[in-house]
Amino acid sequence: MLAAEAELDRVFGALADPTRRAILTRLAEGEATVAQLTAPFTVSQPAISRHLKVLERAGLISRTRRATARLSHLEAEPLKEAVVWLAGYREYWEESYDRLDQLLVDLQRTETDRSPFPDPGSDPTGRSTS
Amino acid sequence: MTEMKVAAEPGVPQILTEREFEAPRELLFRAFTEPDLLTQWLGPRQYTMKVDRFDLRDGGTYRYLHIGDDGTEHAFHGVFHGEATLDGIVQTFEYEGWAGHVSLDTVTFEERDGTTVVRTNSVFQSVEDRDGMVQSGMADGMTEGYDRLEELLNTTLKSRH
Repeated sequence: MLAAEAELDRVFGALADPTRRAILTRLAEGEATVAQLTAPFTVSQPAISRHLKVLERAGLISRTRRATARLSHLEAEPLKEAVVWLAGYREYWEESYDRLDQLLVDLQRTETDRSPFPDPGSDPTGRSTS
Repeated sequence: MTEMKVAAEPGVPQILTEREFEAPRELLFRAFTEPDLLTQWLGPRQYTMKVDRFDLRDGGTYRYLHIGDDGTEHAFHGVFHGEATLDGIVQTFEYEGWAGHVSLDTVTFEERDGTTVVRTNSVFQSVEDRDGMVQSGMADGMTEGYDRLEELLNTTLKSRH
């Protein structure tokens, strides 16, 4: 696996958990201590610390120490990369299908050209198709 | 231009899409199953598609790549299940950049009045996998957590620009 793919994999893994997503939402408002991050949840502080480790490994947050408190900050870059890929699903299929529309037009035109029968509009027998 | 419908219900690891085409279903089937046709439409325009292997038999495998101008490659592979017919194609699907997250995809072709409705049904291993594949590209059926994430992404990305 390429390094970039391994990184993306870690980002997806980190984003898969609702608690970690909520932590990121909180950090979007500004840096916070583990205690502050734990407050809204029913889970323990060590559990939140484990979530922070996962987010840090994915590069989604960074942590610094101020006096005795350890502060977490949001890092936007890996999120951007994940979004670039994720946003793709609908776009991928819409663009593919638009291209398919054009291919189908071309294929049907080619088939008409190849056909030994002229199109109904110029039927040499004079029979009406209506 | 017809619109593609996408449905992804919260809590269900599935995505459904529907799109109408102005062509008989035999032609749609060919476009989905003949590699030299497939490479002309599948994937974003700025990528060149290359088919590594495409063995359309029960148990046959396929692998293809989307290659960017800068040489970036995105590869996908899977296995065909059962006989591919005008009624449908069943296959597994995996993005190699996110290995281990496999979906089971079914595509069907329903013809009515000269147009063909193509429907896809992708079933993922978990809701997380499904959401991982579709997040933020999807208009409907967001889970609450992902709604929050989307807000977060909007605010963070905007604030960094």
